[in-house]
Amino acid sequence: MNWKGIFLAFAAALMVPSGASADTIKVGIVGPFAGPFALAGKNFKLGIDAYRALNGEKVGGKIDVEFIYRDTGGPNPAKAKALAQELIVKDKVDYLGGVYFTPNAMAIAPLLEPSKTALVVFNAATSAITQRSPYIVRTSFTMWQNTVPMAKVASAMGLKKIITTVTDYGPGIDAEKAFKKTFESLGGSVPESIRMPVKTTDFSPIMQRIRDSGADAVFAFLPSGPPTLAYTKSFIDNGLRDQGIKLLTTGDVTHEPDLPALGERALGIRSTYHYSLAHESPENEKFLAKVKEIAGTLDEVNMCAVGAFDGMHVIYKMIEATDGKRDPDKAIAAAKSLDWKSPRGPVRIDPQTRHIRQNIYLREVAKKNGKLINKEIQIFADQPDSGLAPTQ
Amino acid sequence: MQTAFGIALDALAYGMVLFIISIGLSVMLGLMRVVNLAHGAFAMVGGYFASYVTGQLGFGYGVAIAIAVVMSIVVLFPLEVLLYRRIYAASELTQVLMTIGITFVVIGLMNYAFGPTMKMIAVPDLISGPVDLGIRSVPAHRLFVIVCGVVIASGLWFMMEKTTFGIKLRATVDNPAMAAALGVRTEWIYASTFALAVALGAFGGVVGAEILPIEPYYALRYMVTFLVVVSIGGAGSILGALVASLGLGLIDTVGKYFIPNLGEFFFYFAVVIIVLVFPKGLLGRAHA
Repeated sequence: MNWKGIFLAFAAALMVPSGASADTIKVGIVGPFAGPFALAGKNFKLGIDAYRALNGEKVGGKIDVEFIYRDTGGPNPAKAKALAQELIVKDKVDYLGGVYFTPNAMAIAPLLEPSKTALVVFNAATSAITQRSPYIVRTSFTMWQNTVPMAKVASAMGLKKIITTVTDYGPGIDAEKAFKKTFESLGGSVPESIRMPVKTTDFSPIMQRIRDSGADAVFAFLPSGPPTLAYTKSFIDNGLRDQGIKLLTTGDVTHEPDLPALGERALGIRSTYHYSLAHESPENEKFLAKVKEIAGTLDEVNMCAVGAFDGMHVIYKMIEATDGKRDPDKAIAAAKSLDWKSPRGPVRIDPQTRHIRQNIYLREVAKKNGKLINKEIQIFADQPDSGLAPTQ
Repeated sequence: MQTAFGIALDALAYGMVLFIISIGLSVMLGLMRVVNLAHGAFAMVGGYFASYVTGQLGFGYGVAIAIAVVMSIVVLFPLEVLLYRRIYAASELTQVLMTIGITFVVIGLMNYAFGPTMKMIAVPDLISGPVDLGIRSVPAHRLFVIVCGVVIASGLWFMMEKTTFGIKLRATVDNPAMAAALGVRTEWIYASTFALAVALGAFGGVVGAEILPIEPYYALRYMVTFLVVVSIGGAGSILGALVASLGLGLIDTVGKYFIPNLGEFFFYFAVVIIVLVFPKGLLGRAHA
């Protein structure tokens, strides 16, 4: 006797009628809302709230949207998968959004196709994520997207020999590969690539290695947080800057909420990134004004807020295109042709990769009205995600 | 040669940082027999006071250190009276549960009061930036930390071995009943040792903030490292903590210089070996 099968059929029979034509669209948001990474979750929520405040609580003025937030804590694939499953099966969400960590995104991806649920990734930045399911769209960035322009800048600055130092985990290794490949193809050399353990607190030995390597510059990637501060301080206090060694980074190292702690010593550090709070455009002004109204301050705003803001744009457009009905294939098809003006500049969804194409900016830490900002000094327009190997 | 000197100096400086922030824990664990997992939280509270005093109130670094130490004692001392006093004789499990609970409460409070971002403690020009020692430049702040470490180590040694307070403290630790019978006010001794541990933690939090930045999860993030230093050195031994800090600093620095990809491997490998050979720590007391 297959009791399980009978039970499932019975349960399914009970459940089907309720979901078909709901007036309210449900969106499940998974992200780190508590714990050491809560800043990212806070920014997800800020981005969502700002978008709704500016574009209406109802999509197209008639379709209600309900949000269900779920906390994944840190990088925890098992928990992320369980939460996503619960959102899909129990809460019957029509869309999923959020996701800060790559392993969490990878764990959720296999659930999407069987349940026909579209996921908009607001942050997780490993290139391969969008390949894991045709139902994933991403509105953040990838390490390759942000790093390739920095290698071009290095070459244009006339630097010949650069050592790379990255944190030893997925995105760090992506950054290392992206920099090395691009810089070497432009005729530069990368004699040494150091991978620093995730839990490094003292960077002095790394600085000694950089000094001994005789490189003109160092490319650094570390995830924003305490290590970036310790790294930058180590770089300056060990006299590497005074020796004329250049520090090139992605924007993660000069992440806006960390700038006050880095202080004046950060002035002049160059980074490439997809979003600076100091980006000058009417869209960004409007976005930041709304965020400030909601949060009361801009001191804790980072790129996750704009990732969520644009993620909401994609979700709203998908709801509009399907007129509030659950049709993920139509929704994803609509998302593929989107292009719009984001607070970060002009962006569009690449129909092949379902990843966002955007301007990458070269920025320099500068002081404006007594506040440290990432001042944009050069634009690399319409950058694709160059991290996908054709065979994958 | 220049490289060898550089590594040795980095190792010394890192070792001293480890020493400064772990010694308070060693005092608690060795002398009071309390497994104080809230030590990281004590250090963090000191750091937050210093960052508030330098950032919002605009005082100098020296004043900030003094205020941070005093205010940490004022704020945290009630915990001794209300909570710690009850667990001095309790089992390790009770102590661990209570102190980890305190840690989570402090994390929550700091996160609520100051937000999740890192906090800066402004360092005066005199001890920031590089200093050229002729052979190579080193961070001035590291030299300052080394000096602080030496001062604290010798100060504590002097207090423990040469003062009446030290004698009473050691007597209380060895045999509380007998010490009390001889007229030592053991409660007072415990309370002042608690205050001393808080002061050392807060001082370490402020002085070490250039390397271990202050943010709400500081209290948990570095706790393992602190515990390792204490268990390697032997609880309660000042010299032991010093030797352990410098030794582990050296192993970590050399390992990271030659094979950075292997990361913390050398550090923890050394810990495993030392614990196998010296289960009580390098200079731990037999009865501890």
